[in-house]
Amino acid sequence: MIKAILIFNNHGKPRLSKFYEHYSEDTEQQIIRETFHLVSKRDENVCNFLEGGMLIGGSENKLIYRHYATLYFVFCVDSSESELGILGLIQVFVETLDKCFENVCELDLIFHVDKVHNILAEMVMGGMVLETNMNEIITQVDAQNKMEKSEAGIAGAPARAVSAVKNMNLPEMPRNINIGDISIKVPNLPSFK
Amino acid sequence: MSDVVEKTLSALPSLLSLDSQAGAGKLSPSSKLGNLIKGITELTSKHEEEKLIKKELESIKEQVASPNTTMRQMKEIMVRAIYCEMLGYQASFSYIHAIKLAQQGSVLEKRVGYLAVSLFLNETDEFLLLLVNTVLKDLQSTNLIEVCMALTVVSQMFPKDMIPAILPVVEEKLTHPKEIIRRKAVLALYKFYLIAPNQVQHIHSKFRKALCDKDPGVMTASLHIYLQLIKENPESYKDLTGSMVTILRQVVGGKLPLDFNYHSVPAPWLQIQLLRILAYLGKEDQGTSEMMYDVLEESLRRAEMNHNITYAILFECVKTIYTVHPKSQLLEKAAECIGNFVLSPKINLKYLGLKALTYVVQQDANLALPHQMTIIECLDHSDVIIKRETLELLFRITNAQNVTVIVEKMLEFLRLTCDDYSTIDLVGKVAELTMNSVFSLGGDVMQPDIPNNFLRLLAEGVDNVEDRQLRLFAVDSYVSLLQGVTAKLPQRFLQVISWVLGEYSYLREEESDPGSVMRLLARLLDQRHTSTETRSWVLGAMTKLCSSPVSVALARDVCERYLSSLYSGSLNTVLRQKAQELMILSQDTKLRARVLPAEGRLESLEVDSSLSFLDGYVSEALAAGAAPYKSPHQRQEDLVQEKALSLEPYGLSLPVSLSSCSITDRLTDRRSPTLLSMSSGLSGNSTELSHQEGSTTLKLEGVKRVWGKDGYLAQQQSAGETPTPLVELPNPLLSPQSPPSQTQKPSSGLEPDQEKRQLASSLFVGLGSHNSVCLVRLPSTVWLFIKHCQSANQSHVFKALFKRFYINSCQSISCISGSPLKEVKGHSVSVCLHTVVMKRASVQVELAGLLSYQRPLGQPQAAQFSLSLSLKHFLRPLTVSTGDYGKMWLSFSHDLKQNLRLVTTEHQEPLTATLDALKGKLHLHVVDIIGSEGIVACRLLQGPGQGQPCLLHCRVNADSLAVWLRSPVPELPDSLLYHCQKALTET
Repeated sequence: MIKAILIFNNHGKPRLSKFYEHYSEDTEQQIIRETFHLVSKRDENVCNFLEGGMLIGGSENKLIYRHYATLYFVFCVDSSESELGILGLIQVFVETLDKCFENVCELDLIFHVDKVHNILAEMVMGGMVLETNMNEIITQVDAQNKMEKSEAGIAGAPARAVSAVKNMNLPEMPRNINIGDISIKVPNLPSFK
Repeated sequence: MSDVVEKTLSALPSLLSLDSQAGAGKLSPSSKLGNLIKGITELTSKHEEEKLIKKELESIKEQVASPNTTMRQMKEIMVRAIYCEMLGYQASFSYIHAIKLAQQGSVLEKRVGYLAVSLFLNETDEFLLLLVNTVLKDLQSTNLIEVCMALTVVSQMFPKDMIPAILPVVEEKLTHPKEIIRRKAVLALYKFYLIAPNQVQHIHSKFRKALCDKDPGVMTASLHIYLQLIKENPESYKDLTGSMVTILRQVVGGKLPLDFNYHSVPAPWLQIQLLRILAYLGKEDQGTSEMMYDVLEESLRRAEMNHNITYAILFECVKTIYTVHPKSQLLEKAAECIGNFVLSPKINLKYLGLKALTYVVQQDANLALPHQMTIIECLDHSDVIIKRETLELLFRITNAQNVTVIVEKMLEFLRLTCDDYSTIDLVGKVAELTMNSVFSLGGDVMQPDIPNNFLRLLAEGVDNVEDRQLRLFAVDSYVSLLQGVTAKLPQRFLQVISWVLGEYSYLREEESDPGSVMRLLARLLDQRHTSTETRSWVLGAMTKLCSSPVSVALARDVCERYLSSLYSGSLNTVLRQKAQELMILSQDTKLRARVLPAEGRLESLEVDSSLSFLDGYVSEALAAGAAPYKSPHQRQEDLVQEKALSLEPYGLSLPVSLSSCSITDRLTDRRSPTLLSMSSGLSGNSTELSHQEGSTTLKLEGVKRVWGKDGYLAQQQSAGETPTPLVELPNPLLSPQSPPSQTQKPSSGLEPDQEKRQLASSLFVGLGSHNSVCLVRLPSTVWLFIKHCQSANQSHVFKALFKRFYINSCQSISCISGSPLKEVKGHSVSVCLHTVVMKRASVQVELAGLLSYQRPLGQPQAAQFSLSLSLKHFLRPLTVSTGDYGKMWLSFSHDLKQNLRLVTTEHQEPLTATLDALKGKLHLHVVDIIGSEGIVACRLLQGPGQGQPCLLHCRVNADSLAVWLRSPVPELPDSLLYHCQKALTET
């Protein structure tokens, strides 16, 4: 079973956190911090699996993570999940996000937390993998979006706005200024090593 | 550049508020989110962030409370609240509004409402009760999206008590025409099953229908349920094996629609799930396993190594093959597959390879052998996770011969790591390995330092979770040891066990009845092989434990028996004193409460070494006419002067036994009730005892600190001190000249590759063959060490191994004692030790035997072994003085004379060199060398404490050595002479 799905950026700022098991709010924040601490100190050329964050249940659980550009995608799962299977699932998730947001970037996750959650809900339900087929997930999400459009009329605008910002400024985005949170970079989606 | 950024940031809100102009005409809520995010990113410190979020939360609070806020605006506000919550700031005031949004909003607003609810609340929240009706309504809605949302929120969290309210509706959804609804309903029901299994019992037949659903997606979802059910109770679902096999065959054969392909692999996640289910079904069941061999083989064959997801399938397949009833052909292929994983340059695969190897070596340790070099490389891998997995693997293949090297490796890792989790995990393992294998194999011959330091490690830690765990672990493992046969455990180990149980049994009290440990200890007391010293330790532990009524009754019972006339004749003073103390303690509740305070365990006690509290007693006694106290030293002097009766034997017995009681030095003293009872004047001779106590406390200073809080503080020189009782093993992998502790630090001149190979050989020693028989030489005995590795499927198969065991001994060798079989936990290895002695001296004898063993369901099997034993194995130095030598010489009747070759070296006299060579090769004792003559003595082991001596008299005669041997037994000089000749010609 999947216990938690966490996304945070290179600075440890949470971008999405979804817990499928109940923890107190403080524990949740500690888990995010601890996971970031564990994951961020690992090199790029080591394996994608980690055992035993203390908070999320010790040796029973493992962390399976993937680092895309500015973001870490971490799945905390128990021993009944297949490591490589989850790694594949992360890839499906990211590819789906990429399709839904057209070149997904960190900013999309910030401005559309709710949408990301909705996409996730089509993949994982109550900690169980519901769907692994990207096209199927997109079909479901699209069906909901269509409704949104018909209901809100011009509601497609925010997405356009953000992508306008993205496209306008991407190349010039400076690194040396402290705007850590909007340092947009389109995550490249390398196929797995 | 920064201009651009500024422009961007200022443009951001206006861009974002595009939609708001079309909307309510107010400030756009989403621009507020934009503002918030922009604000946060401009901050430099956590403090500022806090301030800003507080402000933001204030404004959210104001808006949600306002009656003018529309549902539409509420939706945007919720997104902001979600954002704040994600950053760790509580927005509890918004929870009720999230529920309201879910209740009253339109579909889209409802969706955000549900999302907020599922992020903010948990199943214990009372707010959720407000949602039950909404969920019920949405489940019955005609809008598919609403139904989906309701099912999602239900599977995320739903109050257990409310399940019956919605269960029928969810159940109904199992027959919904839309497959997506059916799938979600299946998962929601699975969730209900996990929370409240009893409530969904009646719909198990519907799960079967879901399994047979025409839509593969629904079937996949139902496998979640079946995986769980089968895991819990495989027996009831054996009938599903056929279906599962058929499904897997169809999937593997590409019968599913192409939509299910991922990187052109058909439904990989489904395959993984099915393989897991098959593993549970086929475990320990030959019939069921046979049904799946074909499909396992096919999926192994189909999964070509080309993509990550196929590796995932392969890994699962290998695990299943090793879990189900074994089939050699499949095992071979699986082993090959593991090899590919281990050798893969891809680090994830290497990790999984090691993991698979760890799993399979529990069944067949030999599988690790082909990968020795890779494993050694992984030990030095830059990735700690790989290192840790490698250690885990080594932990599984630890046996008596390689334990030292492996523990060294683990400690090395421990010293480098600072992460809590690995430390706890490894310390536990190191403790298990050292405590159990080393102690039980070589307990009596190791230095007393080692148990002392181990106890110190246990006791020293601050009282935090890790230490508690380690202690509890020790207590549990000792209790299970005591429940088994204790006859073979070394005395020192028993002492350690008693101390640990006495101190820390309270840690497990909650889960077991308090008397159980007491009963185990009492049993130990009753056993004949338990030595007096150990008994006093056991009594000490019982004293500490007698707090509950059950234990008190037991203790009283033991004491009564002990103090009865039956024992009193033979009872040692210390033992009797301890028993007496325990007796008094068990009879007096008040005293018990004072001496053994329930909370006081962890406080350290101040010991008043000046014994000032006794002043009153002493002065009273003095007033009553008692003699003033004199130290033993003073008394001795007085005695000499007075030439009175010698009290020496009495004087001696106390210090000796007491100092051995307090072998744990400071630790026992710190909270030893024995000390307490002594000080409280319970025992008659308290002054003297307490005095002794003072002197034993000092023993601490001489003790080397080997165990520290973080584990073993091995220094360079202490590596040699780790107990290596098994020094000389005639094993092909380990040359007899290099004990394990040396191989591990090879001289710098060796090529690194060679070093690795050497390390490999010492790590993998003992895994070479299925059965290994070797001799273990100890100072006072020779063991025949028989090990049997079995590549069977399940570890508990071995319980019945070695049903009968015997050795065909030839006339001159006999085995005096055979130990009952011992299974080394988790290693699929059974070992047994026999003490071997040579009854009649002979140059060389063959020992042949037959191991027979039986699996629970199989035919008895037998394996033959033979071993060549030489006289050398049974020779031990005989330490005698020259005077004794002379007396013995005259009394021995069988003699033999012969001239031998002299060994010549540059630095030594020929005689010394020759005698040194003999001493080194044959373990003789050189008693004395006088001029050109030397006298040498040795004995032939014939059982504990017995042995026949043989004396040698050597004289240098021109360029040869005239040797004259004498012994009480006729054959010994002859055979020994043969070995002397051989030893000298080889030099």
